Amino acid sequence: MGATITEKILAAHSAREKVVPGDLVNCEIDTIMCHDVTTTPAIDMLEKYDIKNVCDPERIVIMPDHFVPNKDIKSAEMVARIRRWAKTQNISKFYDIGRHGVCHALLPEQGFVMPGKTIVCGDSHTCTHGALGAFATGVGSTDLAATLATGKLWFKVPESQRFVITGGLPEGVYAKDIILQIIGQIGVDGALYKAMEFCGEVIDKLSVEGRLTICNMVIEAGGKSGVINPDAKTLEYVRARTDADFTVYRSDEDAQYAQTFEINVSDLEPVVACPHLPGNVKPARMAGDIPIDQAYLGSCTNGRIEDLRVAARILKGREVANGTRMIVVPATTEIWKQANREGLLDIFMAAGATVSTPTCGACLGGHMGILAAGERCISSTNRNFVGRMGSPKSEVYLASPATVAASAVAGKITDPRQYL
Amino acid sequence: MQGNAHVYQKDHINTDEIIPARYLNSDQEADLAEHAMEDLDVDFLKKVKTGDFIISGDDFGCGSSREHAVWALRGAGIRAVIANSFARIFYRNCINNGFPAIECPGAAQAIRDGDRLEIDLTAGKIINHTQNRTMPFRPLPDFAREMIAAGGLMAQIKKELK
Repeated sequence: MGATITEKILAAHSAREKVVPGDLVNCEIDTIMCHDVTTTPAIDMLEKYDIKNVCDPERIVIMPDHFVPNKDIKSAEMVARIRRWAKTQNISKFYDIGRHGVCHALLPEQGFVMPGKTIVCGDSHTCTHGALGAFATGVGSTDLAATLATGKLWFKVPESQRFVITGGLPEGVYAKDIILQIIGQIGVDGALYKAMEFCGEVIDKLSVEGRLTICNMVIEAGGKSGVINPDAKTLEYVRARTDADFTVYRSDEDAQYAQTFEINVSDLEPVVACPHLPGNVKPARMAGDIPIDQAYLGSCTNGRIEDLRVAARILKGREVANGTRMIVVPATTEIWKQANREGLLDIFMAAGATVSTPTCGACLGGHMGILAAGERCISSTNRNFVGRMGSPKSEVYLASPATVAASAVAGKITDPRQYL
Repeated sequence: MQGNAHVYQKDHINTDEIIPARYLNSDQEADLAEHAMEDLDVDFLKKVKTGDFIISGDDFGCGSSREHAVWALRGAGIRAVIANSFARIFYRNCINNGFPAIECPGAAQAIRDGDRLEIDLTAGKIINHTQNRTMPFRPLPDFAREMIAAGGLMAQIKKELK
């Protein structure tokens, strides 16, 4: 019997020849990422248990992003403490202001994500990195502290679900629409505890950026990890960013899956996830007459250069509707610079949008675009929970960057295809 | 463990509802506790007494990995959560903190708000003193019980490092 890519990576990192779903493994972790919100509690725990040194400073990457640039004194104190701690621990990979970005966009961009590696971070969207053929999962602060101390973490080997995406992706329909459609179909706990493996001709044709978008949202279906078998595109992306060694694992033909879903996207339309669950999905054209106060383009889901290009294509020569405000947040400093070189930022500004510095910011109701009671936002982010972007009486609709841009122009939720 | 039940029949209660991100600029249990469940039930803190339990539906604790959700509930006096099922990261965070997350399908339907409950972790049963009935639940897996007995994941690791 064959094995999935997830089983192979977990076996290789726990010195076993083979693992099967349900096995408990103590797994070597190659990359430990830390951001601002969940790291200080981990530092507290290391201090409480008198663990003076991290296992290996070279494996640790620090990327403050949630309330960056510091939104208030308390957040400033948190990052200041992490800076001091990093210095005492000789952790040199610290992406401070000027090199900063949303960690799940920045980590692959900076060449820290490679096929066959294991990655954890105190953030649920760590599942993003499986798009490059790694095993990556989000953990809490205690798990983070344990990993910082030992370089290892326990896992129960998950069952895998296989999603075979077939057909041809229609014009105006994007990776975001695919993953929202899947979450709508299987439900927000449809992949609970499982690894979601994506394959098929549509995935093969998707850019690395689109693949990152898909794996980013597996947690919204309850998944432990998302993964895509590495191909030439993956290797080209990774090799352009690092010359470090890695091993490529791929699922065997006869690997065992808990379920296989075949999803043909030839008739898929641009969709939105309505409040207050990411699984509350319907076609954008059937959302009804829903005026919006804010359109938000950014985040670890859809703040990459390709996303900004799609939105700029729609906004070029058009204006954000009167009564609607649009906020564009390039996910990393490099993306910001690239968008600037390509003239995208000028297009956004000319359309009446504003462009901010990279941050998680308003995606999680932190800062830089918080919603008031009764306000409604269409957002390229990943969660539309009650109060997620501000007031518990506000509403968030999730959509692709194209749908966000088109809706900003129309002032209401709109199918983007009429603007392409 | 004995306390009163606070029943939220809703499924998919997420960690943004348990502790909104706007309060994550602090990681102190006492600060977080002041805002526990705020976006879901503004009267939560008025109702809860130390030792009480939350009872809920499917997929409790979904969303963000913030362990602050466990600390906020514990800080507010909650001593265990009983749910039909739990989201993965929240469940891990509970075990790592030695905070019981009890999987008991049907609990949210059978237990009424305000019921007096007693939880026997070893035997795997919930005794409902108000309704005079007992519900079994799947006991925690061995590794989880060992971890809780050791005082949580960090205490276990500290021992291993020695």
